[in-house]
Amino acid sequence: MLKTLHQIGRIGIITEPAPDIDDALRVTDALQSKILEVLGRALCIRAVDAGSCNGCELEIHALNNPLYNIEGLGIRFVASPRHADLLLVTGPVAKNMELALQRTYQATPDPKLVVAVGDCGCTGGIFGESYASCGRVSNVIPVDVAVPGCPPSPRQILSGILTAISGSPVNGP
Amino acid sequence: MALEGWFGRAADRAESTASGPIRGAPGVFGLIVQEEEWREIAEHWAAAGGRLSSLWASRDAAGSGIVRAAYVAEAGTLVVSLPLRSEQDHYPGIERWFSSAARMQRAVADLSGLRASDADTRPWLRHAVWPDGFHPLNNEGTPPASSAGVMEEYAFVRVGGDGVHEIPVGPVHAGIIEPGHFRFSVVGEKVLRLEERLGYVHKGIERRFTEMALCDGSRLAARVSGDSAVAFSWAYCQALEGMAETRVSSRALWLRSLALELERLANHLGDIGAIGNDAGFAFGLAQFSRLKEQLLRANEQALGQRYLMDFVVPGGTRCDLTLAGADLLLDSLRSIRVEIETLRKIYEEHAGLRDRFVGAGIVTPALAAKMGLCGFAGRASGQAFDLRCDLPCDPYRELEPKKSLRSGGDVAARVEVRFDEAAESLRLMERILLQLPGGAHAGVIPIPDEGAFGIGMIEGWRGPILLAIEAGAGGRIRRCHPHDPSWQNWPVIEHAVIDNIVPDFPLINKSFNLSYSGHDL
Repeated sequence: MLKTLHQIGRIGIITEPAPDIDDALRVTDALQSKILEVLGRALCIRAVDAGSCNGCELEIHALNNPLYNIEGLGIRFVASPRHADLLLVTGPVAKNMELALQRTYQATPDPKLVVAVGDCGCTGGIFGESYASCGRVSNVIPVDVAVPGCPPSPRQILSGILTAISGSPVNGP
Repeated sequence: MALEGWFGRAADRAESTASGPIRGAPGVFGLIVQEEEWREIAEHWAAAGGRLSSLWASRDAAGSGIVRAAYVAEAGTLVVSLPLRSEQDHYPGIERWFSSAARMQRAVADLSGLRASDADTRPWLRHAVWPDGFHPLNNEGTPPASSAGVMEEYAFVRVGGDGVHEIPVGPVHAGIIEPGHFRFSVVGEKVLRLEERLGYVHKGIERRFTEMALCDGSRLAARVSGDSAVAFSWAYCQALEGMAETRVSSRALWLRSLALELERLANHLGDIGAIGNDAGFAFGLAQFSRLKEQLLRANEQALGQRYLMDFVVPGGTRCDLTLAGADLLLDSLRSIRVEIETLRKIYEEHAGLRDRFVGAGIVTPALAAKMGLCGFAGRASGQAFDLRCDLPCDPYRELEPKKSLRSGGDVAARVEVRFDEAAESLRLMERILLQLPGGAHAGVIPIPDEGAFGIGMIEGWRGPILLAIEAGAGGRIRRCHPHDPSWQNWPVIEHAVIDNIVPDFPLINKSFNLSYSGHDL
């Protein structure tokens, strides 16, 4: 126990400042100011892998590490879409996941946001559309913000999430 | 006849690119057989303790089916090809000798329409979204319209008895993980049976390969399973460079092994933390995810990418490592080594962790051998096979990695092997960084001839990866089959959780951390 406490004390708090909001990532202009009114700064995210190679998941995981400390920003990942305000969706949508993604979207209460993560989520990426792949996430459910990258860095993903919840800079928090 | 005898027979029968010595990975021989020999080899290999590495299907130029199986032993790798008659769509299954063949055979039936004689003929990768008669790797025509919204019926094995109930989990899981379905049959908290249903992230990778040029395929290979990008892209390039009869510079090979060990270390750091977290020790996740982030940032500074998705390219590596980059990596790795040693002591002395780890998810060495458990999970259950040591390619011949081995087969053993392998990767990388040979990091390779055949084999962090390429006309890919070790290891988890309690499943599952994408293709 002493060793554990010593290690915690020695490392200290290493969280870095959050990235800026990036309007270039915005897909729709439909501002979600209502979400901000309802939610304030607390945001619950449900991550859905709809067919990715798992690369994007690794970087989404990193958001929980102490350097990005996403929970410190009032954002957390939840276990059910019924608890979520925002879906973070990766992958080209595999046809075998199409129905599951639609159901997850339907199970998420309104108002809700969708952020597509990664080149595949944005465009279908290297997998494209085929007998087994529906391609980009917006081919299956409505998308508010799309974050490119293969995989995008945690800061880019975080920036995409903050962009989605903040509306225009005028209406921002 | 000892296993060596088959290699002798293979060497004598060098009649095509798929027989005799095979290009690519070291020590691979091919043998074209009839049904009788096909069965005989499977039986013989199983009896001698050899392993089935992969099973897949292809088509010859005339469209007749060919079923291929790759077997591995200390003596080398044997790729057995069974050509079928033009209208023949069935072949002798080998499940009775290698249980891991069952799902591979079901996948072959889904994708190529060639059926094994074994009992389980349920579809595996094909859910309800494309019809039974459509075989993606055969049909050149347009695929039928999507039938999304159709709920498939899958015949799970039912467990009867008083108080038995089922817990269905997935495909969308509660964490940030890939999708798959687990069907638990439980009494109270105890798991009587687990049945996996995978294939949800099947996105048509093997068909996509056939639409690509040989020189571009490494990009797709890197995305078969994002956490094993270096291993898959290296296996691809190893096969392709062999087919082109090109030798890559020593510097490029050393840089590739640096990237492979960086990938191994990053995955173990992430997983050791997550395993701690699944046992209620959030401190472990915080500490190890910090170290992983430190490593990824060093990657980005030294090699230009946090995850080395496109670092390995045909002919060498995408970029070179500068002296400053090498120094930076060396500093970073040395500090990570010290931190891991501190944390390992904490993990080993923590009573709560020991209580959860020891005895959870046991895979005995006998079961591991029977089911072909491979990679680090195999080495935690007494299966002493590591491509880097047993069939090493350059530069591992020179680096001589030390093998980690345990026989406990529980979560504790898998964590110990992961700690050992992380430490060994650090040792190897320090040596690589200090002794990196000079020369060019990349070169141009010629385009292999039509019909060329190559095999790549690389020990990824999870286990041995095999990748087979057949060249088409005009520098195109005719067939490419990537094989992830998760194919062998997924069925073993069904056994590992028996008699454990449901809340231990995430812990046991994480201790293996198998790939869905690499398996579903």
